[in-house]
Amino acid sequence: MTKGTTLEPKPGNEPPRIAETPAGLLNSIGLQNPGVEKVISGEIPWLRQFGVPVIVNISGYSVAEFEELAARLDSVPEVAGLEVNISCPNIKGGGMAFGTDPQGAAQVVKRVRAKTRLPLIVKLTPNVTDITEIARAVESVGADAVSLINTLLGMAIDIKKRRPVLANVMGGLSGPAVKPIAVRMVYQVYRAVKIPIIGMGGIVSAEDAVEFMLAGAKAIAIGAGNFIDPLLPLKVLEDLEDWLDREGVKDIAELTGQCQ
Amino acid sequence: MVAGEAKPGQFVMVRTSGTLEPFLNRPISIHRIDEAKGIIELVYQVVGKGTKLLSRISPGQHLQIIGPLGNGFSWQTGFKRVALVGGGCGIAPLLALAEKLLENEREVYVLLGAQTKEKLLAAEEFSQLGCRVRISTDDGSQGKKGFVTQLLEELVNSISLDQVYACGPLPMVKGLIKIAEEKGIPCQVSLEERMACGVGACLGCACPVRNPDGTVGYKRVCHDGPVFDAKELLLDNK
Repeated sequence: MTKGTTLEPKPGNEPPRIAETPAGLLNSIGLQNPGVEKVISGEIPWLRQFGVPVIVNISGYSVAEFEELAARLDSVPEVAGLEVNISCPNIKGGGMAFGTDPQGAAQVVKRVRAKTRLPLIVKLTPNVTDITEIARAVESVGADAVSLINTLLGMAIDIKKRRPVLANVMGGLSGPAVKPIAVRMVYQVYRAVKIPIIGMGGIVSAEDAVEFMLAGAKAIAIGAGNFIDPLLPLKVLEDLEDWLDREGVKDIAELTGQCQ
Repeated sequence: MVAGEAKPGQFVMVRTSGTLEPFLNRPISIHRIDEAKGIIELVYQVVGKGTKLLSRISPGQHLQIIGPLGNGFSWQTGFKRVALVGGGCGIAPLLALAEKLLENEREVYVLLGAQTKEKLLAAEEFSQLGCRVRISTDDGSQGKKGFVTQLLEELVNSISLDQVYACGPLPMVKGLIKIAEEKGIPCQVSLEERMACGVGACLGCACPVRNPDGTVGYKRVCHDGPVFDAKELLLDNK
């Protein structure tokens, strides 16, 4: 999975961009990326060496931009799928705005769907009153899966300077601090849609992964956990196999939604 | 293993806690490298939760570290006379550099600044290596009373230098760059920044730079740095 990719290069937000918080961190990177053409010519060929499917996370400031990104990436043979980022909290006038409104979310996904046959994962924001409405809306227009949660909008203040820590004032909270919220939302979305759920939010162990699966996730992803140990995903995979053996679970798919 | 790979100016990410608090690893520069013994030395100042926990570990206890990370200082075989300028904890990575530079016959000037005599780091070690050490303290308790920028000013007015290497608090580093620039001396700067991943993935430790085409962009202190050529940095935007 690439970081958020936009049509044009984006320099990103002014530093400071990160703030450590209890059991997690706030970030406001601002979608820094070299633009889709450089992702296609540089990053995707580089990723090929690892022999894993490449999923490109796409972000747009307008529906037309999402459409154009989908069309452009549809023709790149190495791309195995797209994750439609309608939930970035760190960009002005776009990003999360689409993801907080069921009509807006559906509009983006419908238009992207029309431009590509690639599997579409839609990344949902937790910064809404009812996440199931958004999940239903994107399912109805052809999303193949949903991933949740993106970061929670948060803020930290440096009390010595009496100023926000982040230059962008607010940022997205991730890490173990958000895990109970993420598990709750996976649980809710599982009841609302039939498409698979990729669960994420503060996973740092096999036990965390199991928790997400029991809530309804078919797959899980690790973000912030990589920062404390780049080998964490491999460790979680190994530990997960041990856990399944110990518990006598023959097929991991049994776990998904078992806690419903 | 880390000692065999490490270059002066690189750093390691240190896990300071066995729990999720504090969550992030702490970037700490490599102070000294003993390749033969397979040892690296780290020097840090206790400033927050992470370094406080680190200060409580006992001898023999294991720590998770990731590294060596980032690029290091660079030099050319033709360098005859260089100055290493450090302030406070910024002195730490310069010792490994001095050791390396002295493997060839060079005049290595070391200018050290600290708040007080008690807080001055590694002055003895630099002298023992054969560096020409000059010291300033804010309160005058050792060496010249004042800032280390004044020591560089004096040095560049008396002799010529092939390179200045600088590490320390931002105002000091800005001052050093200005002095080196006025004399046309190339300057390498090691920057300090809060980091999340330390390996170039999260884009959290951004530093403003001037791109070759003149536009302003950001580089990653952890992966593109922590050592930068002063010419590309836009520290006034920081």
